[in-house]
Parts: sequence; structure tokens; C-alpha cells
Amino acid sequence: MYSEKVMDHFQNPRNVGELEDANAVGEVGNPTCGDIIKLYLKIDDDDMIKDIRFRTFGCGAAVATSSMVTELVKGKKIDEALTLSRDKVAEALGGLPATKMHCSNLATEALQDAIEEYRKDKNAKKN
Amino acid sequence: MEGLYFDHAATTPVRPEVVEAMQPYFTDFYGNPSSVHAFGQKAARAIEAAREEIARLIGAERPEEIIFTGGGTEADNLAIKGIAMAQKDKGKHIITTTIEHHAVLHACQFLERHLDYDVSYLSVNEDGLIDLQELKSALREDTVLITIMSANNEVGAIQPVREIGEIARKNNIYFHTDAVQTVGQIDVDVVQDKIDLLSLSAHKFNGPKGVGALYLKKGIKIVPQMSGGAQEGRKRSGTENVPAIVGMGEAAKLANANLEKKQAKYSRLRDLLIERIEKEIPDVLLNGPRGDKRLPGNVNITFRYIEGESILLNLDMLNIAASTGSACASGSLDPSHVLLAMGRPHELAHGSIRFSLGYGNSEEDIDKLMKDLPEIIQRLRNMSPLYDG
Repeated sequence: MYSEKVMDHFQNPRNVGELEDANAVGEVGNPTCGDIIKLYLKIDDDDMIKDIRFRTFGCGAAVATSSMVTELVKGKKIDEALTLSRDKVAEALGGLPATKMHCSNLATEALQDAIEEYRKDKNAKKN
Repeated sequence: MEGLYFDHAATTPVRPEVVEAMQPYFTDFYGNPSSVHAFGQKAARAIEAAREEIARLIGAERPEEIIFTGGGTEADNLAIKGIAMAQKDKGKHIITTTIEHHAVLHACQFLERHLDYDVSYLSVNEDGLIDLQELKSALREDTVLITIMSANNEVGAIQPVREIGEIARKNNIYFHTDAVQTVGQIDVDVVQDKIDLLSLSAHKFNGPKGVGALYLKKGIKIVPQMSGGAQEGRKRSGTENVPAIVGMGEAAKLANANLEKKQAKYSRLRDLLIERIEKEIPDVLLNGPRGDKRLPGNVNITFRYIEGESILLNLDMLNIAASTGSACASGSLDPSHVLLAMGRPHELAHGSIRFSLGYGNSEEDIDKLMKDLPEIIQRLRNMSPLYDG
């Protein structure tokens, strides 16, 4: 049902955990739908994602997409990270079952949520 | 196959004796049971022998009260739609529960949608058991059928079948029970329990897939759901699946011979597994009742803070088979309708795992499972944003 790549990321998830010095945190989902993804980002002064971690409650696809997102955006500028789409994440994982495309491919939303918060904070500090 | 199989409520291995009994009906005795010649009559006699075994297994007085079908789902459909169509001039109200198998729930919904039936869905308590008072209050002048499962497939809750039968009989209402999970596991007696119609399925008690039966008490009329050659006493047309029926008969014979021993063995293994999980893994919750009100092989546990499909995938990597009530594994958006009906919140329903024990399982299997399970649960919890351990 899942591709080898999905199973690899599920079995050996990259960047699991929290970041104590995170300056951006994003969360998406709720217990009702069965998936919660929380991302912790450390963004440097040049708007580069220096480090990223995740914690996920959810199915195999939810864990694998979270893991893949952290891998794809680590070391990237936030502008570039914001262009990452669900489809690209699924593609990088060698595809996802159709039923999982909507409910479990939420990590990009958590990323957008985190970056939005970060920008708000940054702007607040400037003013 | 190598590995540990804890999914006997989904389906069971076919016992070697059953395969052996079926074999000649593919290759040697292949006649059509409706044929007059010796080939046909040999097959027809085998069907009648199987019918007798199945009648004995459920305490039916007459073998002709057994109608072979293509499985449990078909038996449920034949019972519910068949009675509804036959009784439509008497009334258009059916009583069922919120925790039925989808074969029953969707058959009832079909009647609501297409034949203007009114269906009452009885609630269950936190253990998954119905309330007889609620059943009595749901009775109406135009109630023609009560359909309540004998035991729930997910949480193993055994319903008060005899009391339901008494209420139904006293009020002149037909009582159908989906007994797919109880036949061959615990004692079933259609006469004592005043059951009018009962569905069963061979592959749940070590018989083949694709065959089941409906018990229909003599004298009760149903409208057949399959038009054709009028097999099975005109109630289920279509050439009989002779090898499968023979296999079902053999499985019934084996179940009859071993019922008490089997029930004791799997009740003991069930309680052992529940005890070990509760002792060795923190933050778990047993779904369904304890003791005699629970099906012998059924263990259903919610592991808090994590989701069922990821547990299943981890178990599967170690070649351990179980099942989950989580939506994520089923392709629907909602988790188990049974756990929700029992009042479990969504996040607890998503984290439920069913281990169902049966033929071939031993205490050693439980030891092997418990060697890995605590670590899997901990690993997933460490990954979960809901867990602060």
C-alpha cells in the first residue's frame, strides 16, 4: 500500500523531536481527524532554516510526509521553503495512496504556519 | 506463512481437515447438485450432510432451516431485506443498534432510502452493550424486525441475546441476529434463545471464504434476494458452491467437537494478553467488557497518544498481524463507529488495536508479541506531539 520510500521514512524518520532554541513553531491538525503535526524551526538572521524537527501523531503517511518535509527544507531560505507543495512532498516519497493525499499530507501546512508566525514576530520586533 | 497472526476476527486459517474434506468435491465429485445423475446426487448428499452439521452447531431443530449463502454479508442482506419485503404490509419499522457490522447497518439504510422503512438505532453503553429497557421502549405497533448482533466484531461485547429473543417473541416480532462472531466460538442455540433468523460465516471458524448460511426458522416467509433456479428451498438461487459448503460442514463438525475446550483456551489467552498489556505498557485502555461478556479471542486496546495505523505498520514490519479501528487504516475519515458509539473520543478511537486470537495461537505467541510491543508503543509515543513522557 505504501511505497518503499514512505516505509523508509516511516521506519527511520529524519529529524524527529523538538528544538529547544526553535524560533518558529507550526502546528496543524487535531485529534478528531487523526493527524497532528508539529514542526520546530531554527531560522537564522538570513532567513535560512538552519535546523528543523517534527513530532507527529498520525498514520504512516503522516509520519513519512513530516519526515520528508524536514529533509526537503533544511538549509533552505524560507521563501524557497514556502514554495514546497503537498504534491512535491508526495512525489519525493514515490507517491502516496489517494486516500492519504488530503488527510495525512499536512506537513507543508505546518511549515507555512511556522514561517508565518516567524515573520509576524520578526516584523513586530522591527517596529 | 511465517509470523504471528492475531487477526482471527477478520478471518481464520482453514484447518487441514477441512481442506482435505473439500478436495474431492473439486476434482472427483463435481456434479451439479440439481442434476438427477449419480454425479449430481453425490454432491447433493454432501450438501445435506453439511446442512445437518451446521444445524447441530447452532441448535436448529431441522436441517432445512439452514440456507447456504455466499457468506455472512449475503446472509445479513437476505435476512433483513427478505423480512422487510415480506412484511411491508404489516409494518415498516426495524430496530437495530449503532454498533452492527456494515452488512447490517447498510442493509437497514438501504431499506430507509429505497423502501421507506423507519429504523431505530439502539445506543450502547461504554462497554458496547445494549440496554434492554431501551429496546422495549423502541418497540412500535409497526415493528417487523429486531436485528441485533450476537457479539460485536471489534470490541467483543456479547449482547444479551436470550433476553432480546424473549422480548421479540413476546411481542410477535421477528428476531434476526448476526452471529458471525459467535458461531463456532461460544455456544449458540437458536431454540433456547428464541432466534428466528441467524447469519453465520464459515471463514470465521476455520472454514473456507465465500460461504455462509442463514438460519430461517421454519414457517417464516422471506422474499428471496436472488432470482434464478430456485435452489436452497427457493430462497437462494444459484448453483451451490459444493466444495465450500462441504468445507463449512467439516469446520462446523470440528467446532462442535471442540467448542468448550476452545472457548476455555482462548478466554485464558485473551485474559493473559490483556493482563500483560495493562501491566507492561502505561496509558492503555481496554475497549469492551471483561470476563464472560467478552468474546473468547478478543482483545481491543487503545494506546493513548498514538495512532493505530502506525502501530499496525510497526507490527507488520515484525511480521505480526493485528487490526485497528483507526480511520487512517480504513480509507474513511471517521474512526470505528463502534468505539464512537461507546462514547470514546476520536483520539482514543484512532489509537485502538484489536488482537484477535484463534486456531494456532499459544502462550508463546503472546510472549513473542510482548517482547516487541512495549518498545513499538514507546517509539511512537516519543514521536507524538500529544505525549509528554
